[in-house]
Amino acid sequence: MSQNLINIKINQKEIQVDKNLTVMQACEIAGEEIPRFCYHDKLSIAGNCRMCLVEIEKAPKLVSSCTMPLMEGMSIITNSEKVNAGRKGVMEFLLINHPLDCPICDQGGECDLQDQAMYYGFDKSRYKENKRAVENKNMGPLVNTIMTRCIHCTRCVRFATEVAGVPELGMLGRGENAEITTYLEQSITSELSGNVIDLCPVGALTSKPYQFKARPWELKRTDSIDIFDSVGSNIRVDSRAEEILRVTPRTNEFINEEWISDKVRFNYDGYYQQRIDTPYIRKNQKLSNSSWEESLKILKNKLKSLKPLALIGEHVDLETGYSINKFMSNFGKDNVECRTDNQAILENLDSYRFNTPLNEIENSDLIILLGTNPKIETPIINHKIFKAYNNNSRIFNIGKDISFNYQTEYLGDKLSDLNSEKLIKALNRSTNPIIIIGSAFLNKIKNIKTLKSIFTFANKYKVISKDKNNLNFLNPYASRVGQLILGNTTKNLCEPFSKLKKNKFEIVLSFGSEHIASEQFDNCFRVYFGHHGDEGAMKSDIILPTPLYTEKNGIFVNIEGRPQEAKKCHNPIGSAKEEWSIVKKLSEELSFVFEPNTFDQLRSELLNNYPKLSIFQEILINDKTTPIISDIEFEECKTQYPINNFYMSDVISKNSVTMAKCVEEIISTPSLLEKSA
Amino acid sequence: MSGNHPGLSNNFSRSGEKFSWSKDNLKSIKNIISKYPKGREQSAVMPLLYLAQEQNHNWISIECIETIAETLSMPKIRVTEVASFYSMYNTRPVGENLVQICRTSPCWLRGSNKITNTICKETKCEINDTSEDNKFTVVEVECLGACSNGPMIQINNDFFEDLDEDSTKKIINNIKEGKPNIIGSQKGRRSSENA
Repeated sequence: MSQNLINIKINQKEIQVDKNLTVMQACEIAGEEIPRFCYHDKLSIAGNCRMCLVEIEKAPKLVSSCTMPLMEGMSIITNSEKVNAGRKGVMEFLLINHPLDCPICDQGGECDLQDQAMYYGFDKSRYKENKRAVENKNMGPLVNTIMTRCIHCTRCVRFATEVAGVPELGMLGRGENAEITTYLEQSITSELSGNVIDLCPVGALTSKPYQFKARPWELKRTDSIDIFDSVGSNIRVDSRAEEILRVTPRTNEFINEEWISDKVRFNYDGYYQQRIDTPYIRKNQKLSNSSWEESLKILKNKLKSLKPLALIGEHVDLETGYSINKFMSNFGKDNVECRTDNQAILENLDSYRFNTPLNEIENSDLIILLGTNPKIETPIINHKIFKAYNNNSRIFNIGKDISFNYQTEYLGDKLSDLNSEKLIKALNRSTNPIIIIGSAFLNKIKNIKTLKSIFTFANKYKVISKDKNNLNFLNPYASRVGQLILGNTTKNLCEPFSKLKKNKFEIVLSFGSEHIASEQFDNCFRVYFGHHGDEGAMKSDIILPTPLYTEKNGIFVNIEGRPQEAKKCHNPIGSAKEEWSIVKKLSEELSFVFEPNTFDQLRSELLNNYPKLSIFQEILINDKTTPIISDIEFEECKTQYPINNFYMSDVISKNSVTMAKCVEEIISTPSLLEKSA
Repeated sequence: MSGNHPGLSNNFSRSGEKFSWSKDNLKSIKNIISKYPKGREQSAVMPLLYLAQEQNHNWISIECIETIAETLSMPKIRVTEVASFYSMYNTRPVGENLVQICRTSPCWLRGSNKITNTICKETKCEINDTSEDNKFTVVEVECLGACSNGPMIQINNDFFEDLDEDSTKKIINNIKEGKPNIIGSQKGRRSSENA
């Protein structure tokens, strides 16, 4: 440990730091803030903005601290006159060509250049020459460009190449003619492209949908969770009055680092389209407006005589799931189902979650993708796999022969291709292999022996060992792991949804699940609790409005089994009521017991019953051992991928204009198709 | 004036024709790539751009870039970056003869202005322009490194030094008529020996 530490001085204060750091990182540790534009923690070092100049004793000139390695006994000065003058000079150069359009710039108020010009800028310019003008570039429907503002830090270029894994951005020309552009001004095809907006230190790359909408100081910040995939990226929702104006990431090193997918960043306009605002009842084949009293009265009478089933959708929080479970237990057992896509599971936690912590994927040297397309199902996990690939990990793909943004070795489309010689050889040599099995296979498994065989296979090849479990089950839905922990599922391990018809349910309550439209419920009375009118609502007999995840508090458990809280941002639209309060009302009408009177009481009851879930941000511990069987046998099953269109994977995104534009300009563009296929 | 120097433009265009390496070039490419360590084949991008330009009538089209990117299995934007950075890769079509006139101080002091005027008059095209018969493209460049023999011009791969208005006229006319030219000093000097 002490071998790695060296003694340096920063502003005459002695400090011990790791010798592998740069001068800038050491200064950060010492609490000295260094101005910067091109340097970013998550990207490679470029050293081209020169803003981070510091003085090093005995060095003749100022040095850029982001590129300078530390040395024993180094004495760094960050606050001298010389440093200040140097930085002022750099700032003056940066501002020669930067337009003075802050009043109409979307970055205004949260702009690195603006902030740093407050410290290092002059009050007037010494240049009489015209500022250079650069034509704006097309980067697709999400990123707005005003390239005259660009200061050529190349953060966006490095992001596209190193993080998103789509080397499509670059800097053309040189000197005064330097311009940032995508190849031939095509749209960026990455699912993470929106992150260049946060990275851009000036207003050159800004959000197209957010253009001219608000100033940062007008916005109310709410911490929330991305519910559009199962990763549970930490997001910050910015709203003004009763409207969400943008979504940006919050840093969480264990999950999403500093990135979020384009879907959650840009589909917020869909939150307000096609909303169910009041209860509806089907009268004479037609859905018509109704009141809560009327609709609940009808529902109550139906529930008295008919055998009910509850379906749980993809965006349901734990509190809702818990209250549904509590309510449905009054009607018997096996009448709640969240696995509407037929996902096969075993009883223990590690058979339906991602067992490798997300931030450890990058340490793997062999990754097997089994019937999963993380690129569009969970872009954040795909980024982690890309990181592993850059660390020389081999990646094998079984399922459909999909093109990724990294090289994969395709083995075939059957589960039994796991036994292929090439893979076994690689597995025997690997020290840290990971298997990721996705919904394309999991939803098609008919024989539970297959799932047990996968566990046995994993044990045999050291994917699972005493101290680690690298057999991962990936589904793209935010609610799934949490609902399974609550036991909101029927006892059939395989094909639970298809087998529901055997039980002859007469009334189906769907909590945001579009699967209520399935043919097997054609003879049932259908009730849809949800926020968006789509197929599910269209086919229902009663529609009850419920709030969106941004309109109520809720706990979600992410794919790793990490409980996180999404907070309420504004009041529900229309007369929407939270699910638990509807359930409570029905319980009272039907004289069932439902003690909690407030949301807080409900949550504390939930957390008392499931104490493990009360530690937010901690991964749940699996306490059951995995079953091992004597012989490995894989059934043949066809693959069906759960998501084919990244931008249109759920009711909310389907109603977003921005997402529709993405489909039009990115997916439907023939020249881009080969890359994003 | 029509736009800027063909080597300094960031706008690339398609030629409309497929670009595939000639047999000779395929051989040279193999040789060039073998000079770089394994895994570093992309370092060969500059010589390959030069070969492509030679084969593609002295300019780099989008088709060239795509072929090079494929040959070296590197992203197209990376090839584009290199091609746009260096002024000696032309990003738009040029005439059969690319006339580069040195206008840096030593040549300018020795009368490069007059040479420029003569060339523009003889080729009937302006600076950065291509003549109507597609025989000439005239550009002004900075120092070409033959300062002691100024004023000088470069036509394609050849230097013409110690010019005056008459000798320049002759050179251009010879090219027009397909006659050979004396390369180097027009005053009979050997390299840069004392005049």
